Amino acid sequence: MLPLIGRRLGMMILIMLVSSFILYSLFESDKDRVVIQAIGPYTSEEQRQAWLDQRGYNEPFLERYVGWVGRAFRGDFGTSVQFDKPVMEVILPRLMNTGILALWVFSLTVMISLVLGVLSGIAEGSAMDRSISFVSVLTTSVPEFASATFLLAIFVFWLGWLPGTSSGPGAFFRKELILPVAVLVIFNFGYYTRMMRASMAEVMNSQYVRTAVLKGMPFRRVVLKHALRNALIAPFTVMVLQINYLLSGVIVTEVVFAYDGFGRRLYEAAQFNDVFVVEACTMVAVALAVATQFISEIGYMILNPRIRLT
Amino acid sequence: MDQAKTTTPVLECKDLCISYYTRRGEVPAVVNFNLTVMPGEAVGLVGESGCGKSTVALAIMRHMGNNGAITGGSIKFLGRDITTLSDEELRSIRGSQIAMVYQEPMASLNPSMRAGDQLNEVLMIHQDMSEEKARQRSMALLSKVRLPDPERIMKAYPHQLSGGQQQRVLIAMALLSNPKLLLLDEPTTALDVTVEAGIIELIKDISREFGTSMIYISHNLGLILETCHRLTVMYSGVAVETGSVKQVFDKMRHPYTRGLFNSIPLPGTDRFARPLVPIRGQLPLPSERPHGCSFGPRCNYFQLGRCDKPIPMFAVKNDPGHETRCVRHEEIDWALSEDAGAAQEPMRIGVPVLEVTAMKKYYEIRDNSIAGMITGLRKRFVKANEKLDFTACEGETVAIVGESGCGKTTFAKVLMGLESATEGEVKIKGRDISKLSVQRRDPQLVGSLQLVFQNPFETLNPSHSVGAQVARVIKKFGVASNPDEIQRKMFEMFDLVKLPREFAFRKPRQLSGGQKQRIGIARAFGGKATVIVADEPVSALDVSVQAAITGVLTDIQRKKRTTMVFISHDLSVVRYLADRVIVMYLGHIMEQGTAEHVFAPPYHPYTEALLSAVPIADTSVKKKHIVLKGELPSPINPPTGCPFQTRCHRKLGVICETEMPPERDMGNGHKILCHLSDEVLRGMDPVIAFGAADRASSDIESPMRKRPPAELAQDVVAKG
Amino acid sequence: MTDQALPLPARRTTFEKLLAAIALLKESRIGMIGLCIVLFLLVVAIIAPVLPIMDPLKQYSSHLLAKPMTEGPDGVFFWLGTDDLGRDLLSRLIWGAQRVFIWAGLATLSAYTTGMLMGVAAGYLGGRWDDILSFIGNLIMSFPLIVLYLVIIGRFGATPLNIIVAVTLATGPQVMRIVRGIVLDLKTRDYIAAAQVRGEHPIYIMLVELLPNARGPLIVDACLRMGYVTITIALLGYLGLGLPPPDPDWGSMINAAQKFGSFGANAMLWPAAAVSTMVLGLNMLADGLREISLRD
Repeated sequence: MLPLIGRRLGMMILIMLVSSFILYSLFESDKDRVVIQAIGPYTSEEQRQAWLDQRGYNEPFLERYVGWVGRAFRGDFGTSVQFDKPVMEVILPRLMNTGILALWVFSLTVMISLVLGVLSGIAEGSAMDRSISFVSVLTTSVPEFASATFLLAIFVFWLGWLPGTSSGPGAFFRKELILPVAVLVIFNFGYYTRMMRASMAEVMNSQYVRTAVLKGMPFRRVVLKHALRNALIAPFTVMVLQINYLLSGVIVTEVVFAYDGFGRRLYEAAQFNDVFVVEACTMVAVALAVATQFISEIGYMILNPRIRLT
Repeated sequence: MDQAKTTTPVLECKDLCISYYTRRGEVPAVVNFNLTVMPGEAVGLVGESGCGKSTVALAIMRHMGNNGAITGGSIKFLGRDITTLSDEELRSIRGSQIAMVYQEPMASLNPSMRAGDQLNEVLMIHQDMSEEKARQRSMALLSKVRLPDPERIMKAYPHQLSGGQQQRVLIAMALLSNPKLLLLDEPTTALDVTVEAGIIELIKDISREFGTSMIYISHNLGLILETCHRLTVMYSGVAVETGSVKQVFDKMRHPYTRGLFNSIPLPGTDRFARPLVPIRGQLPLPSERPHGCSFGPRCNYFQLGRCDKPIPMFAVKNDPGHETRCVRHEEIDWALSEDAGAAQEPMRIGVPVLEVTAMKKYYEIRDNSIAGMITGLRKRFVKANEKLDFTACEGETVAIVGESGCGKTTFAKVLMGLESATEGEVKIKGRDISKLSVQRRDPQLVGSLQLVFQNPFETLNPSHSVGAQVARVIKKFGVASNPDEIQRKMFEMFDLVKLPREFAFRKPRQLSGGQKQRIGIARAFGGKATVIVADEPVSALDVSVQAAITGVLTDIQRKKRTTMVFISHDLSVVRYLADRVIVMYLGHIMEQGTAEHVFAPPYHPYTEALLSAVPIADTSVKKKHIVLKGELPSPINPPTGCPFQTRCHRKLGVICETEMPPERDMGNGHKILCHLSDEVLRGMDPVIAFGAADRASSDIESPMRKRPPAELAQDVVAKG
Repeated sequence: MTDQALPLPARRTTFEKLLAAIALLKESRIGMIGLCIVLFLLVVAIIAPVLPIMDPLKQYSSHLLAKPMTEGPDGVFFWLGTDDLGRDLLSRLIWGAQRVFIWAGLATLSAYTTGMLMGVAAGYLGGRWDDILSFIGNLIMSFPLIVLYLVIIGRFGATPLNIIVAVTLATGPQVMRIVRGIVLDLKTRDYIAAAQVRGEHPIYIMLVELLPNARGPLIVDACLRMGYVTITIALLGYLGLGLPPPDPDWGSMINAAQKFGSFGANAMLWPAAAVSTMVLGLNMLADGLREISLRD
């Protein structure tokens, strides 16, 4: 198992390096573009040259890239054009807010979908199964920005119960979390539920569950002890991998509700052409995604004795 | 029979009817089924796939799935009707009083639970035992089923056990709480022959030692003979004949039973002198069963007005306990062997076509583990084929026999050009192709060397019509080029494998298993094949279909004078089909020679064990019982010295562990790779002998047993 | 063995096969509803030019954010009301449908072709090919989708081609993963070995022997995927990364209307409902198809 983990770690680092290289060449290979975005189009040639010289942009591309990676590794992504502050200072506080949102969404989604998935998977074809399936098809069809629209219309514009947007930095209310969390959970739980249901149904039809039933195990024990663990293996991987998509959804939701998170920072930076912030946000997102992939694979190995013990 | 009045049967099925509900409505799976099992008795249920035998077993457990139901009759277990029990009562019986062993041991064990936990829970749930006590009993049972090192097995996950070990664990699990009735559903079908022999031995001992009643479900009559007292033959959802093993085997009174016996290759059958007789037609779909006798449409004795109405079970006169579902069982002349196959001239064997000289195939595996990196032993070799030497001649059938991991499939891959040999030569008509990949072979060469595959359900591409698949071969190998010509040739191939030409437009899913295999054969012969490799072409088919397929293969081979390399683990089929036999074990040829030489002493100890492991459905055959110890070693880590030394029952000592045995020439090209001296080898007794006592006891002679079949074969040869 | 136990099929044209497939779908109610929704939207989108609806670009400044069923000037009638610039919502929705079908359809097609070819190559050829292709896939998939869109479209601009390229890049690897999985399973079948044994070219094996057998799960997946791409296209519009205005686009309609939400939610509900309905239709269709494919 150890060599497998080692290989995965190596792969993680490789992916990070390659994606950072692609990102850097996309945004900074053309230094004239960079300088215009950094100090503005209405600047003299001398000002631009001075800026470029000062930041080492006149060196060969590869050397520049290596320098950039080195600095990025230490957390130095340069200065935000928009705020004239170090990029990290602009991002870090926002990451916290996003973390809170994502944690709520992920734990709620997983809990709901586990329960619903198991309930419909153990009784394939029953009325319960069919209604759960239908509800999950329905909810996965309503993307975040659409369900946000409906919820906004009802709870904010019509009933006036909840705030539609965040009240700005510093102020942070639980109430502001309700709509974003609801929107994300509604869109995501259906997919997870169907995954869990399919896996559970397959395991319930397996021969080893038949063995357990035919050796007189009580139904509870069959489900909890024999089926569940095996049924969790496949969805676990997908659920963790899905964090990546969840992150996409979080960004959208943050934009919709003007939630002060990392995603909205990235979105606004992209609109503002704040190159260094975009780069930093992207690298943070990729690092998160790669890390979750890694976790999902380790988890898969731990859950599955066939891999763990070879 | 007298006993039946004094003791209650363990199990009594009365007029049991089971149906499945599909979109098209109710499909009866089992109709009016009766079965009685007395204490300590082992009853066999025999039939081909789809006859309802497994359905009966699951019904006894009342496990019918979502779409099945018991629609009539009763199942009395120790006097209580299982069909009316509450769920909780049922649960307390399952696993404690009735236990089951399944066909696929790997799939039947929970992959993420240790074997020990899976065993213990039976006792902890049914008998409220403490975990410690349960553990002790489980360990005791594991030694009872002769598993070495029960401690290790308890801790192991299923994937860490071999197939044979898994099945033993499942048997131990079934026996844990001393069940009254044990259901065995094809428990050895997924296992290698020598492993199967061990399990069968164990099952026999169980019924002796524990006095457990058993229902043994199998498609293999030979296994039933070895394990059961009585049997019921099922066909298309009904029991057609029932009686003691002797009654049914020696004095069968149903045309289907006889058809079944006529289509299995028993010792003494011969593809030329006494070809097998397939049962014509095919199994009707459950929804299309005839109104009367379900076997009617395929029966030679079908009579309008009598056979086309529902038929009850008749007791056979003067044969207590023997029943048959045939109206005409008293009229049919059972002694008349009218449906024996017509004898044919033996094949002339021509010049050598395929010559394999000192061929080796090693696979390289990279060890990426840390241990591998440290020791520097990053490359290891799997010796899949070690020095193969043999020839095959025009019109000859050479069988390669061996269990899984023996290297027979690797050899086929080298021959087909999917792998290249590490060393040595493989010559086709003098041309070395051992390192010529299929991509670099010219179409004629590729066409002259083709393969018939094992699994009929995978051999054809489900997306294309079967005709197109045969036509592709004809076009690809340059047999014909213009479309009309290709179609004509394609139809000729259909004629050759005796399939109607209209079948060409069908998709594979519209064909039965046997029909698919015929297309597989047509495809293999489509390109003027000189050498056909048949990789277990009949092992996935029902016995009655097997006979038809071997018939087709033999016919085409005769017409085209093709050389056939027949790869199989089934010695009965090999004995029937092969001119020469090569026995392989872990990549080595252990013995080779003509079929007569290999199947008679002197034997290689492995051949001897293989022969004794093959179940034979003939009550007059007396067999030596040799059960090999241990498991098949892995080809990645083969034993030192003689590859067979770890399991050999005739092991001499240190010499077997250290030295590769010499190849002994026993004359006439019969070669044995063994340390045993010539005297010992020549002094061996035959594994199979025909006992006379049994035949004398039957008052009516079965046609097949009038003379020992070996004599029959000799007669024909003498006449020819 | 020359029996005729199984019915002989007549040879059918493609159209008859299509009808037969629809007939099969009848057995799944969910699938039928999905098909009806998708077909309805498709037909409306196709006949948009000949429908008696208003010009989607014409602004009635006297009727900003009108409620549904409002009578406008010159005898026009706003069935669903108007947006913040006084444009007719119904006709914008219908023209928007056309746009979604065109762009989502093209993007899905492009993503599917790429993903399928990559997947079948990675799965069948294995070894180096698999290593490289899977690495590319993993690399792309480690960017959260929306980040990928922000980066690509943010860097290269929102042109139709860029949008299709971005969707292909984001969706292709997912398709590849699915196809690769199916192919890894299929390639162990004997009929693939049979094709190898008769010396078929790997490209023939991939395209003729493998892909047709993967079509069942792939058709189902393509429906789901088209749903996701629809969401993506609308989302890009919503985030202002879609095609530039003033052409009607469901996503940008929602975005524009949300700013005026406190003056009436009417204008933002219709396009949100339209996106959801279309995705729902595709998802239900996929569900029905899956149900049927699991049956036989």
